[in-house]
Amino acid sequence: MFVNGRFAPDMCTNSEHPTMRVMPIAEAMKGENFERHFSRYADYAEHSMTALNTALMQDGAYVEIAPGSHVQGFIHLLFIGGGHDEPIMAHPRNLIVVGRNSQITVAETFVGSGTYFTNAVTEIVAGEGAVVDHYKFECESTDAFHVGTVQIHQERSSTVTARSIAIGGALVRNEVNAALAGEGAGLTLDGLFVVSGSQHVDNHTIIDHVKPHCDSLELYKGILDESSRGIFDGTIIVRPDAQKTNSRQVNRNLLLSESAIIDSKPTLEILNDDVKCSHGSTIGQLDEEALFYLRARGIGEAQARSLLISAFASEIVDRMKVEPVREQIRRAIFRQMPGRLPDRRETP
Amino acid sequence: MLDIKNLHGGIDGKEILRGVNLHVNPGEVHAIMGPNGSGKSTLANVLAGRPGYQVTAGSVTYEGKDLLAMKPEDRAREGIFLAMQYPVEIPGVNNIYFLKAALNAVRKQQGLEELDAMEFLQLAREKMKLVDLDESFMNRGVNEGFSGGEKKRNEIFQMAVLDPKLAILDETDSGLDIDALKIVANGVNTLASERHSVVVITHYQRLLTFLVPDFVHVLVDGRIEKSGGKELALELEQKGYEWIEQEVAAAR
Ligand SMILES: Nc1ncnc2c1ncn2[C@@H]1O[C@H](COP(=O)(O)OP(=O)(O)OP(=O)(O)O)[C@@H](O)[C@H]1O
Ligand SMILES: [Mg+2]
Repeated sequence: MFVNGRFAPDMCTNSEHPTMRVMPIAEAMKGENFERHFSRYADYAEHSMTALNTALMQDGAYVEIAPGSHVQGFIHLLFIGGGHDEPIMAHPRNLIVVGRNSQITVAETFVGSGTYFTNAVTEIVAGEGAVVDHYKFECESTDAFHVGTVQIHQERSSTVTARSIAIGGALVRNEVNAALAGEGAGLTLDGLFVVSGSQHVDNHTIIDHVKPHCDSLELYKGILDESSRGIFDGTIIVRPDAQKTNSRQVNRNLLLSESAIIDSKPTLEILNDDVKCSHGSTIGQLDEEALFYLRARGIGEAQARSLLISAFASEIVDRMKVEPVREQIRRAIFRQMPGRLPDRRETP
Repeated sequence: MLDIKNLHGGIDGKEILRGVNLHVNPGEVHAIMGPNGSGKSTLANVLAGRPGYQVTAGSVTYEGKDLLAMKPEDRAREGIFLAMQYPVEIPGVNNIYFLKAALNAVRKQQGLEELDAMEFLQLAREKMKLVDLDESFMNRGVNEGFSGGEKKRNEIFQMAVLDPKLAILDETDSGLDIDALKIVANGVNTLASERHSVVVITHYQRLLTFLVPDFVHVLVDGRIEKSGGKELALELEQKGYEWIEQEVAAAR
C-alpha cells in the first residue's frame, strides 16, 4: 500500500513466495534487473508527465517473477491519495518484470479523498511466453486529478491482458501503451469508463506492432451521464516488419444525457500490407425498445435503465477473471450512476 | 374489466386508430383480425403504454381505472401483459434475472410476498416445460440469439410466469409451425379461465382452432367494423377482408 506516493509498510500484508519479489521500488534500485528495465519503456523524453514522474517519483512497487513460475492469486497494489488540507501531488512508479514462461495477475487500485494529484507510471515487462493479467482501477475522489500511464513491453509469445477501469476523479487521463516486440505475442486491452457530473476522462492507447504474427484486441466502452466528457484516442501502429498482424479495435459509448460528450478517435497506421486490421466506434443512447420491453413486464424505469447500463458494462466486467476485483468493480459501477439506480437491494 | 371507448390515436402525429370500441369481460377470449396496417399493433401498443404513441380522443378503463394515465410498468403490475409482435433482444440482461425482477415487481404490487431464488426457479422450470423451452435459454440474454419461434415461446413463457389478468397477444402465432402453434395455444389456454381474459391479434384462423375465441372482431382502417362469434374467423379465412371493406364503403 502506498499513501500519497510513499510506501506504507505497516499497512501491508505480504505473503512470501519463493519465486517472487515484491518490494518498494526505492529498495529495488540496486538490483540488476531493475537497471535493465527501469524507465526503458515509458517514454519520458516525449511525455512530460512521465518525465515528471521519473524525476520526482518517491516510491512505488517493484514486482519481479522468476522464470517458469506461476503465481497463484493476485498482487494488489493500493494507492491512497489526499487526506491533507493542502493539495498534494504524488508520483507512484511501478515496475513489473515477469520472467520467461511465468504467469501473474496484478491489480492496481487508486482511491483517495479531497483534492490531490496522482501521476502514476507503471511499466510491465512480459518475458518470452509470460502471461500477465493487469487491472488498473481508477476510483479517485471526485475532486482529484489523475494522470496515469501503463507501459507494456512484450517479448516473444507473451500474452498480456491490460484492463483500465476509470470511474473516479474530476480530471483523468489514462494512457495504456503496448509494444508487441516479439513474434507471436498477444495483447488484449479492455477499457471501461463510467462518468457523470462534470467528470472528464481521457483514454489514450497506442498499440505498436513491431514484430510479425502478433494479435491485438482492444475494446473500450464508455458510459457518460450528465455533463461528463470522455475521449477515446486509440492508435494502432503496424511496423513494416510486422507481417501477419491481426488487430481489432472497437470503442463503444453510451450517452445517458444530452449534455454528455464523447470524442472517439480510432486511428490505424499500417506500414505493411500483409495484415488483418479493423477498427470501429459507436455512440448510442439507451435502447428505447429494450427499455419499454423491460417496463412492459413490470420493471420500474430506474431499474430498467440500470439493468441496461450494467448490461452494456458487463461485456468488460464479466470477463475479469479475478472475482474479488470483478465484484468490487461491479458494485462501484452501480454506485456511480446516481439517480439511475434502483434501491440497493435490487442491484444484481 | 377492459373498456375501450371511441379511442383515437396514433404515432408521430399520424392518426391510425379512428374510434375503437371494445369491451372485454373477465374470462373472455377476444380475437382481433384485420388487414396489414389496419392498426392492430398500434392498439396493442397503446394499451401497453409504449412511448411514442399518442391518444387524441376516447378513453380506456381497466378495472375501473384510467389505463391511459398509468406508466407501462404500472399497467404490467396491475396484470396487463403484451406478448409483442417483435420481441426485442437485450444482450447482457440475463433472461432469468430479468423475469424474477419482473415477477417480484408484479407480486409486490399485488401485496404478495416476493419469491426467493429457489422458489422462483421452481416456478420457472414448471412453466418452461409448458412451452417446451430448454432450460439453457434461461441463462442467456433476453431473447439474445433466439430464433423467431423461440422468441414467441419466450413471450408465452413470461406470460405463464407473470400470470396476467389480461393478456394481449400480438401475432404470437406468426411464423410458427403447427407444433409450436399448439404449444402457444396450450400455454394461453392454461391461462385463460374465469378470471383471465385474452385478446389475441392474428391473421390466421388456424390458431383459433386451438384457442377458441368467444368473440372475433375485424379492425379495418383504425376501426372495428365487424364483430361476431368464432365462425366469423372461418368466414374471413375463406373470403378475406375485402367484402368487409366494401360493406364499410357502401354504408358511407
Ligand atoms: N413508427 C411509425 N411511424 C409511422 N407510422 C407507423 C409507425 N409504426 C407503424 N406505422 C404505421 O401505422 C399503421 C398501422 O400499423 P400497425 O403496426 O398498427 O398495423 P397492424 O394492423 O399491426 O399490421 P400488421 O398486420 O402488418 O402487423 C401502418 O400504416 C404503419 O405503417
Ligand atoms: Mg401488427
